[in-house]
Amino acid sequence: MIDLRVFELEPERYELKAAPRYRFELDRRGFLKTLGAGILIVSFLDRADAQRRRGPAAPQDVGSWLHISTAGKVTVFTGKVEVGQNSRTALTQAVAEELGAPHSSVEMVMGDTARVPYDMGTFGSMTTPRMAPVLRKAAAAARKLWPPGDWSTLRFDAAGEGVLHAAMIGEDVHPHQPRGESIPKVNGREFVTGGHKYASDMQVPGMLYGRMIRPDQYSAVIESFDAAPAEKLPGVKVVREGNFAGVVAGGTSAAAAAAKACRVEWKAPAAKSSSETIFRDLKAGAKVEPRQDIEVALAKSKSKIEQTYTVAYIAHVPLEPRASVAQWSSDGKLTVWTGTQVPFGVRDELAEAFGLQTADVHVMMPDTGSGYGGKHSGECAVEAARLAKSAGKPVKLVWTREEEFMWAYFRPAGVIDVRSGIDDAGRLTAWDFHNYNSGGSGIQTPYNVSVKRTEFHNAESPLRQGSYRGLAATANHFAREVQMDELAHLAKMDPLEFRLKNMSDPRLKAVLTAAAEKFQWGRATKPGCGIACGFEKGGYVACCAEVAPPVAAGKLPKITRLVVAFECGAIVNPKHLAMQVEGATVMGIGGAMFEAIEFAGGRLLNGRLSQYRVPRFRDVPPIEVVLVDRKDLPSAGAGETPIVGVAPAIANAVYAATGERLHGLPLFKAHGAQSRSEAGTN
Amino acid sequence: MARLMLTVNGARRSADAAPDTTLLEVLREQLDLTGAKYGCGEGQCGACTVHVDGSPVRSCLLKAASVAGRSITTIEGLADAQGDLHPLQKVFLEAGAFQCGFCTSGMIMSGVALLKRHPHPTEDQILEAMQGNICRCGMFLRVKEALRTAVPA
Repeated sequence: MIDLRVFELEPERYELKAAPRYRFELDRRGFLKTLGAGILIVSFLDRADAQRRRGPAAPQDVGSWLHISTAGKVTVFTGKVEVGQNSRTALTQAVAEELGAPHSSVEMVMGDTARVPYDMGTFGSMTTPRMAPVLRKAAAAARKLWPPGDWSTLRFDAAGEGVLHAAMIGEDVHPHQPRGESIPKVNGREFVTGGHKYASDMQVPGMLYGRMIRPDQYSAVIESFDAAPAEKLPGVKVVREGNFAGVVAGGTSAAAAAAKACRVEWKAPAAKSSSETIFRDLKAGAKVEPRQDIEVALAKSKSKIEQTYTVAYIAHVPLEPRASVAQWSSDGKLTVWTGTQVPFGVRDELAEAFGLQTADVHVMMPDTGSGYGGKHSGECAVEAARLAKSAGKPVKLVWTREEEFMWAYFRPAGVIDVRSGIDDAGRLTAWDFHNYNSGGSGIQTPYNVSVKRTEFHNAESPLRQGSYRGLAATANHFAREVQMDELAHLAKMDPLEFRLKNMSDPRLKAVLTAAAEKFQWGRATKPGCGIACGFEKGGYVACCAEVAPPVAAGKLPKITRLVVAFECGAIVNPKHLAMQVEGATVMGIGGAMFEAIEFAGGRLLNGRLSQYRVPRFRDVPPIEVVLVDRKDLPSAGAGETPIVGVAPAIANAVYAATGERLHGLPLFKAHGAQSRSEAGTN
Repeated sequence: MARLMLTVNGARRSADAAPDTTLLEVLREQLDLTGAKYGCGEGQCGACTVHVDGSPVRSCLLKAASVAGRSITTIEGLADAQGDLHPLQKVFLEAGAFQCGFCTSGMIMSGVALLKRHPHPTEDQILEAMQGNICRCGMFLRVKEALRTAVPA
């Protein structure tokens, strides 16, 4: 049990590992030579920040390199990666704006462990607030060297090889605020012509195709293994070491056939937990200490509520499953292309798995078909490398959708118990909030209440769990904002008025008011309106939802309108920000309405797209996005926080529409297989 | 393994296919056309959508042998010979109808087929034609906007 009053609790807690004990420096001199003549700006992350994230022994805190060639070509080297959030565009924009150079003159080298400085990874909405300022500063320093900014007049000290200026950034460098322009996506044309290469599109000469052989139950081990039928197939190699089993063949279908041909018996331990029992299981053994002041405050309250909220495990379902191409050199060095949010983490995993020095492992991250917090692990890269090692040829391994469901990781399930009270005037008097397993992000209430306790309780999760867009902020906002709605009804107050009365943060008030105005809250003639708000990771969000009751028994209520107001400081790219807000909102609809992993006996019961429902065209109502631009504030990230208000706003609207108060996410249970046509009928 | 002749984006191409080899595998692994994507392998996500004789199909379900001799169009074959983009490709760019872009090839191929049947599609026609395409980044509204604003070729 951790008291959360003070900390930012959840720095992506599931995947963060201690920094590797040794980190061997790149041969910088060799690297720099390849850059050619020009200037190089080496920027360092803010030291306090680097220490906070990696501990006092952080071996190096280089943030990025920025190189400007004598021809005026700008190259940025960063460990951040592009997972669809348009980080390449946003960072290009930061550098180009600061240099006064055209966007087309900037090339981003991203997530290539041999060519960019170390980076923890692309998560936690940190690219914009942390990396963009570092690059802006580097660009501002470069510009300071040539104040006119006319690159054609640059005169370098010497021609030929070598970097001429390796400048440190002084205290007197003051970058500009973002201009806030909607520049188009970098390389946009490649995306609409099929030319853009994702990890699963990578090809190297002589490459073969892998397929893993896996059990259908977690924690199963191999009892017997007969590779003979597969080895009779032409061009097939079977690879087996302990419980690792896979095949390599000349094509995907040949590999799949060979994997199927192996005769394997697995043995799995008994698994007791299931999606039916999970919420009981997560609370087993947890203990909440009595707290006198809370009991007294609750007893004195005019009205009080005690309620339990639940959230199910859900899957990220990135449209591109995990994919890797692995290639060994004759001298035992390993090169891997893979789709990941943490290229350096994958490099370290590979080094550990094969007993290599990290300098002998080169991980490259072509863009990946999204992540949403779901691609923080390197299993697929390790598997591809193991297969390639035995095959003696490069191997591509693309996980099947079913593998991605079963062997990646889930957003944690959780149980949240909340007790609260209000006085005669509708002011909060007590708040007692306990989250079991789902996590601590967004757990602190933004409402004014003097007697409160907020606790996160660790639990043993039967399924592998990890980061997911917004982490537990969705779960915590769901519990808090539904409880606030219940309190408002108890107090016979308008839910908007009730919230405003109990908060003082002006930024939160501003987004709440902005959303309510756009929605015409209160003036809406239809019933079925719900509201919710919150903040996390420097972003403030409010969501209004309108829901129509189901048209027939067995149908879902229909979301007819959503308004989302969002503020994350100074806006970098309004169009791409609006897209992030829209995208997070749509993703939030899935988790709010119907997404849930079902499992029992160590097996997934709905681990494929025909059985696990994600939002489709018919599920998405009109969404109006209101962006609040605070040019006076630093830009925060926007990939996550816009999701957190969606579920509670919808839940509150469902109550207003139907009179049914729902306390679990998803609000509605999908019944069995969810075919495409069926998904289309609701 | 049998040798097949296919017409892909107007060119005659040959491929080797076992009975269970899908069209998607042939395109991606033998013909170097990686625009069509694997997303689910069961026709649920639409990322693998290509046209066979002008109609949209899920190439992850279709056996390559079943389309021998037929005319196949992939996202790579949509722009004209001068490299001018199809109108829907252009509006996808303008509308910002994608983020990670992994669904985009399939979205555009489904959309082009829709616009061929209904140059000015209604909301219902869009939903009907596009329900089988998933954009996990959630750009559905922008895809709809693109489909409404594309000027027919």
